[in-house]
Amino acid sequence: MSQKVTRAEVEDFLFHEAALLDEWHLDEWQKLLTDDAHYLIPPNDDLDGDYRKSLFIIADDRERIRQRIIRALDPNCHAEHPKSRTQRLVGNVRILSQDGDNVEVAANYICYRYRRYERIGQYVGNYRYKLVRRAASFLIKEKKIVIQANELGQLGSVSIIL
Amino acid sequence: MPRSYVVDDPQKGVFLLDREVHMSDEILREEMRKIFAKCWIYVGHASELKKPGDFVTRKVAGRPVIFVRNQKGEVDVHFNTCRHRGALVCADRKGNARRFFCVYHGWIYGNGGELQRVPGDEAYTDAFDQGELALKKPAKIDNYRDFYFMSLNPNIEPLKDYLGKATDYIDLVVEQSPSAQMEVLPGTQEYDVGANWKLMVENSVDDYHLPSTHATWLNFMANSGVKVEPPKEKGLVLPTKGWAIELGNGHFTTDNVNFRGRPVAAWIPLYGEDAKEEMAEMKAELVQRLGQERADRVASTNRNLVIFPNLVINDGSSVTIRTFFPDGANKMQVTAWALGPVEESENARARRLDAFLTFYGPGGFATPDDVEALELVQQGLANWEDDRWSEMSRGMGREGEQLNSDEHHLRIFWRHWDKMMGAE
Repeated sequence: MSQKVTRAEVEDFLFHEAALLDEWHLDEWQKLLTDDAHYLIPPNDDLDGDYRKSLFIIADDRERIRQRIIRALDPNCHAEHPKSRTQRLVGNVRILSQDGDNVEVAANYICYRYRRYERIGQYVGNYRYKLVRRAASFLIKEKKIVIQANELGQLGSVSIIL
Repeated sequence: MPRSYVVDDPQKGVFLLDREVHMSDEILREEMRKIFAKCWIYVGHASELKKPGDFVTRKVAGRPVIFVRNQKGEVDVHFNTCRHRGALVCADRKGNARRFFCVYHGWIYGNGGELQRVPGDEAYTDAFDQGELALKKPAKIDNYRDFYFMSLNPNIEPLKDYLGKATDYIDLVVEQSPSAQMEVLPGTQEYDVGANWKLMVENSVDDYHLPSTHATWLNFMANSGVKVEPPKEKGLVLPTKGWAIELGNGHFTTDNVNFRGRPVAAWIPLYGEDAKEEMAEMKAELVQRLGQERADRVASTNRNLVIFPNLVINDGSSVTIRTFFPDGANKMQVTAWALGPVEESENARARRLDAFLTFYGPGGFATPDDVEALELVQQGLANWEDDRWSEMSRGMGREGEQLNSDEHHLRIFWRHWDKMMGAE
């Protein structure tokens, strides 16, 4: 029987992840993923949909995440050149379940995105994680992000890793 | 003499566009009257309304409408406006309803639009005719192969005549389904772009921009085993040949030899080895049903089609229906759906959606860079009064067939737009 995961442990991990993303340490962030990880943003009008049946905003498997990061760090990724400055707040962290080393976690987030000449982008919503306990920390098996808006609207694109 | 916004001199090979067209609120107001109130405008696809009572609400040409299948099973479009005092009678985004209920004073309409109940109707005189107070409709509603359009113009030609040769290209989409039935898939992409709506028309068919705007997408394709060779022939910018084709009434398309894969049915390594066999079967089905030549046409060419003024069907890495509408001169709202054959297998459907996301949409590997490019244009155009003209003559001297990477098709749009804006 694995030891019970505490919210403080999960929070430490999520706050660390948020810092890596805000600081654009995407290669470091990738090291937090399992080999079969998924990164998902469902469409605003089908939040519970299945990405094999419904048109998501993002539905990346591990290889696609790798390609996404190659792209995001390339100076020819015009949507992120110059790079957005982001600052995110992660809170309301809840452990939903634990089964051995597998932990399901919910959290809320606000991510502010700033670019020159552009309106402030305010991405607001919730994260749903499938985490796997590894040594003293965790790996991400799935990160599903709900953008809590009726439509993407003035947020435009999701060219940052949310 | 009506004002013209283009300098168009084929003899000299000069085509210039007045940048005011992207900046002026006055021009936008004129467009509402002379373009959006005059043309056929895309409403939705019949597959969005499967059963009687199914409805979606959306804005079309800036007008709130209810797109609904009535109790008789017919597809209908109503203005979403109560005849009493004008409130929306349906606030839900989609659903199934026999009736629409105005929350303000409780007037109730059937899904065919008829006014069924007026609370306290004894207070009205004989001049009040409930039968005359059905929800209003746009002047015209028509469809071509399940693509529904409406027009606010009572004098417009039938939709099929309006579409002209564009119907050939819609046929090429519909023929991807063995039963000739395509369906809109769940999941709508709705995002704003801080740019004039006409810049999206240009961008949707402008293959000149692909190597520069989408360098990272080309890199991704190469990383995924799709080798993108530089073009050998002079004048090309893409690895395969492609053309720009005029279709009449301001419509036009690109028509390109495929190199980027097609869910029906051109395999590329990105789809994985597992997909090879099923895709070969899909191609064989096309050949059996349509003959070799037509099957190759459906499966091995990509087409980005513009139906004037604001419908784009991208029939490439996936099939996209995209429409957009201005929200001010410097902003537009974009809506995009994925379309697929109704009989597609679960794996084929998943491949289609995955292929869609490799390029298209707000989280895709290409669309965000298009959005960025259009917003950079809009920002740069702030200098329009002192730097007035956009240079759009590319390929003007070319005789005969026109290339997708030239600006021939963009000029078709602008000439048609300019003509409509010049009319009273």
